[in-house]
Amino acid sequence: MENLVMPSDRIAEERVEQPTEVPSNDEAAPASTFQVKNMSIWYDEKRAIQDVTLDIASNSVTAIIGPSGCGKSTFLRALNRMHELTPKTRMEGTVLLNGEDLYSSTVDPTVVRRRVGMVFQKSNPFPTMTIGENVIIGLRLNGVHDEKFLNERLEKSLRMAALWDEVKDDLHKPGTSLSGGQQQRLCIARTLAVEPEVVLMDEPCSALDPIATAKIEELINELKATYTIVTVTHNMQQAGRISDYTAFFYLGRLIEFGPTTTIFTNPKERQTEDYITGRFG
Amino acid sequence: MRFEGKHNHTWRKIKSALACTIAFVSAILVILPLGLVFFYLLVNGIGSVNWDFFTKLPAPVGAVGGGMANAIVGTLVLLAIAGVIGIPVGVLGGVYLAEYGSARINSVLRFLADVLNGVPSITWGVVVYGLIVLRFKSFSALAGGLALGLIMIPLILRTTEEVILLVPNGYREASLALGVSRWQTIVHIVMKTASRGIITGILLALARVGGETAPLLFTAFGNRFWNHSLTEPIAALPLQVFTYAISPYDDWHRQAWAGALVLVTGVFCVNVLVRILTRGRGASPL
Repeated sequence: MENLVMPSDRIAEERVEQPTEVPSNDEAAPASTFQVKNMSIWYDEKRAIQDVTLDIASNSVTAIIGPSGCGKSTFLRALNRMHELTPKTRMEGTVLLNGEDLYSSTVDPTVVRRRVGMVFQKSNPFPTMTIGENVIIGLRLNGVHDEKFLNERLEKSLRMAALWDEVKDDLHKPGTSLSGGQQQRLCIARTLAVEPEVVLMDEPCSALDPIATAKIEELINELKATYTIVTVTHNMQQAGRISDYTAFFYLGRLIEFGPTTTIFTNPKERQTEDYITGRFG
Repeated sequence: MRFEGKHNHTWRKIKSALACTIAFVSAILVILPLGLVFFYLLVNGIGSVNWDFFTKLPAPVGAVGGGMANAIVGTLVLLAIAGVIGIPVGVLGGVYLAEYGSARINSVLRFLADVLNGVPSITWGVVVYGLIVLRFKSFSALAGGLALGLIMIPLILRTTEEVILLVPNGYREASLALGVSRWQTIVHIVMKTASRGIITGILLALARVGGETAPLLFTAFGNRFWNHSLTEPIAALPLQVFTYAISPYDDWHRQAWAGALVLVTGVFCVNVLVRILTRGRGASPL
């Protein structure tokens, strides 16, 4: 494994000891990447997230579902502090990433985002850059200039994003020349290139056709071996297909959270069942 | 519901044709002056535009020939000084307005920039005269360049702000989500995406001040010879045209026509360049 030395790579000067065991009654419980405790978020006066507590398991896919405006995107963006880009936001509670507090006053949000990557609903390769440049721009702007290393990472990221075979001869072409599905995989490769620990996805397939969607879903399934993935989706079937855990949000609250099979076959809450069976939302 | 009568339909057609004709005539009226000016300049000036015009100093009164080489170079020098002052301040100010600041402060700044854009250009000449020329007791190229640079600042500021605001937010978010800092995102992603628009704004501002005469009257002052120091008066094409045009000599009048023709052609070329630059990527102004 390569050792990429970036001076400000670590969240805080003193790294908190990683908890080796997650406190849980269940012995087989997997390690948690995120531990969210009592998270509440306000946009100006409006409360978007109310008192959410939830652990996100490592090397798994967690799907966040719920009707529009339920706070699922806000919750996702709070996991890498992207929600702070909206003016007048306020947040309470704690988010631990492998035991480190993301919201501690000594933490630079830029470093958080280097460790927690994000893929957006609308594919957004940088229009001024080629396919190759798009993939390694994150490393370049973070101060990596070793061309050999960048080339290796370029190929590795594109391979992981299942795009290498399709674009290996066209790396100098503009990123925007690709099809919609390819552009989205390019954006995934761009996110993987900085080697984050977590990949957040905000409805990554909602603008894609079924074939491109299937490819991204297959990719997500492969990526969870290496990364922890949290994805927001509007599509119930998709949540059922790709996720290990599902969280159902409604009106800013976490209504129910558990293994996807349980949520879909035997939900505890009436609201969850109504939403999943399509009675509202 | 019933279909309207035939009479009504005819009347509508007439109204439509009338409006269309008025719009067409108005459009012609807009283009006509440009055509006339260019045609008139061409007729009167082309005879004096020759190799000497671009390579020789002005001839003394009465002597035949001579050119405006010093004025052409002078205008380029003045534009360079103006660019050094106006481009960085204008571009960075535009970036601030688009990316930073609070809505209230920004609307005040925007309003002030629009007011500055409306200030008559001779005012800038007087201001620089008071601030620089009087203090150093000399007209100078630097003073002239400063006056032009000050005119460029609000022009570039507003165009830069507008094209940066056109860059979709998704690109900023994508860059920030890679752990790239705000400033790096602005320089390498946002400004790079908007670079054509920013360059267009700069070129248009240069073309605009390149033809300014009034702010140079009290600052660059003009010079019949080569300028050897930026702290000395310098010639400029519009200034030379002005001086020659109000002179009583026929020979100078012809030179003034030629100077005006060269100036208009230069501005025209810059505008064509801008068109070419902006056409590259469809209708997008970026």
